[in-house]
Amino acid sequence: MDLHIASQIARTHLLAKKRQTLVAMLGVTFGIAMFITMISFMQGVNQFLEDSALDASPHIRMYNEVNTQRPGLIEALKPNGFNVIYHQKPKNESARLKNGLIMAQHIEREPGVLGVSPQIATQVFYNNGPIQLSGTISGVDIDRENRLYKLTTRLKSGSLKALKTNPDGLIMGSVLARKLNVQLGDKVTVTLPGGGTRILRVVGTFGFGVGTVDNTKSYANISTVQEIMQRDPSYITDIHIKMIDPLQAIDYGKRLRTMYGYYTEDWATANTAILAGEKIRNMLTYVVSITLLVVAGFGIYNIMNMTVINKIKDIAILKATGFDGKDIVAIFLLQALFIGFTGGLLGLVIGFGLSYLLSITPFDAGDFLSIKTFPVIFAPKYYGMGLLFGIVTTVLAGYFPSRKAAQVDPVSILRG
Amino acid sequence: MMSTVLSARHLNKYFYDPDKFQVLKDITFDVQSGEFLAIVGKSGCGKSTLLYLLSTMDTDYDGQVEMAGTTLTGRNQDFLARFRNEHLGFVFQFHFLLPEFSVLQNVMLPGLKLGKYPEKVVEERAMEKLRLIGMADYARKPASKLSGGQQQRVAIARALINDPTIIMGDEPTGNLDRANSENVFAIFRDLAAKGQTIIAVTHDPDFAAGTDRVIEMSDGMIINGHETKDRQAN
Repeated sequence: MDLHIASQIARTHLLAKKRQTLVAMLGVTFGIAMFITMISFMQGVNQFLEDSALDASPHIRMYNEVNTQRPGLIEALKPNGFNVIYHQKPKNESARLKNGLIMAQHIEREPGVLGVSPQIATQVFYNNGPIQLSGTISGVDIDRENRLYKLTTRLKSGSLKALKTNPDGLIMGSVLARKLNVQLGDKVTVTLPGGGTRILRVVGTFGFGVGTVDNTKSYANISTVQEIMQRDPSYITDIHIKMIDPLQAIDYGKRLRTMYGYYTEDWATANTAILAGEKIRNMLTYVVSITLLVVAGFGIYNIMNMTVINKIKDIAILKATGFDGKDIVAIFLLQALFIGFTGGLLGLVIGFGLSYLLSITPFDAGDFLSIKTFPVIFAPKYYGMGLLFGIVTTVLAGYFPSRKAAQVDPVSILRG
Repeated sequence: MMSTVLSARHLNKYFYDPDKFQVLKDITFDVQSGEFLAIVGKSGCGKSTLLYLLSTMDTDYDGQVEMAGTTLTGRNQDFLARFRNEHLGFVFQFHFLLPEFSVLQNVMLPGLKLGKYPEKVVEERAMEKLRLIGMADYARKPASKLSGGQQQRVAIARALINDPTIIMGDEPTGNLDRANSENVFAIFRDLAAKGQTIIAVTHDPDFAAGTDRVIEMSDGMIINGHETKDRQAN
């Protein structure tokens, strides 16, 4: 088999039928371009959602799950008796993490832990004049919280320092502040479910770009919240932990649970919906892309088949003059390969162009997501995959017609 | 100086479609080096079948074919392709050249496939063969632009490119007008005079009369394998 002559013949065949070659190429081009665009966009969405979820939530959250289910005493004593109990009150259980601050100190010293923020979180009502909105308030050590969530970059107005110097300060989610119609320096009444009330001053607003946070959450000093709740200075309800490697959080969370006996929730569990959505989007991307490529493959198969039929006399002449089956396969497979490769390359360029256009298309996600254009990832590996898929498809589509060409019986053709 | 370049021994061939039918019946003959041989006979007598069988492209037969000291019966396709490339040149009745290629490329292709000489040398040799048949001026023209007669002459140049042991022609003048037929025949005659072995199937009596030896076939058998008179006179 001589690839040089085979490629020379293949090139001549392709150039002789330029339009047909172009049509076959465009099939691959379209398939690859769509593949690139779709995968870049879908992965962009995945990455964006994952990032915003991961940024705004702790890798591990440790808290005391208040479990109020308990059987009545009489049920415990006489499980088979005919027991009727009305209005059994649940047990009063505190959400407190016992020795929480000491636990936080221990966890902070462990390797692989990026930062720990012990905090006290509770439901509240925010009142400003006639407006009443429910939300949450987190009493935090703002420096520690900043290390976990990079709050400085999330601030829309005010400063973190203002919270440290003002015991009655409040840094509020930007959407919540807008709904309450408060600005920097305005006062808000905070009412706890337990009855405590306090007037706090807005010293800053933040936006994570995640609706559930920006809509409801405020930060205050840990001591202030303890005071409103009338608790002692060691009372905390949550420990937020960030790891250096988020993937380690899942195992580490389980270890913490057995170590301290408190409930832990890792980011993967907390964001199951996002991760499931990610899997579905990935699946969708591959299904659509492979369908497109298979369609392109059939296009090439048809065109190559037609070429073989058109060239059947030439094949017979070539075989008569000493070209063997492998040469013939090479001639037609090289044509398919050329179509796949150039069509694929063109597809990569067009795919890049489409992805780029998508990435600058304005997209208003409202308050829910903090993006202005569609999220798109430009990763070289997708382009490599696209080209590989394109070539594999065309080689498969070209192989069968080539083999048919190799099996042409020259005698029956040449006898006329 | 005469040596046997082709020997066919007891060749039998059957067609199975639509019914079993014996096309060739116990064909045995030899071809000497430098012979210009014509196989004649009525349509359907099996002369073309015999030629394609000798050409190694048809391997479905009983008997034995030996060419240039090599037994060709029972070889695999790749070996036979290689053998055709090196030892055989073909001139067909209908299909002459590859239309997308230039005249020169058509002539060069089997030479490039053989790979005996570098491309430059093959090109020179191809030009030389084209000069021999008087087509050198058309070397750069696309093959599809040539007339049938011109294409057939180029096909002869292509057959010659690897200095084959035997040139085989299946009705080489069958599809040409009188002037072109004579032209092509003149080239064959010329080659034969230079010692080239040629086997041609033909039903053109003028063509057959000009050859050294005529094998006449009927119903799959050789009925007459005489040498023409002028050869005997030599």
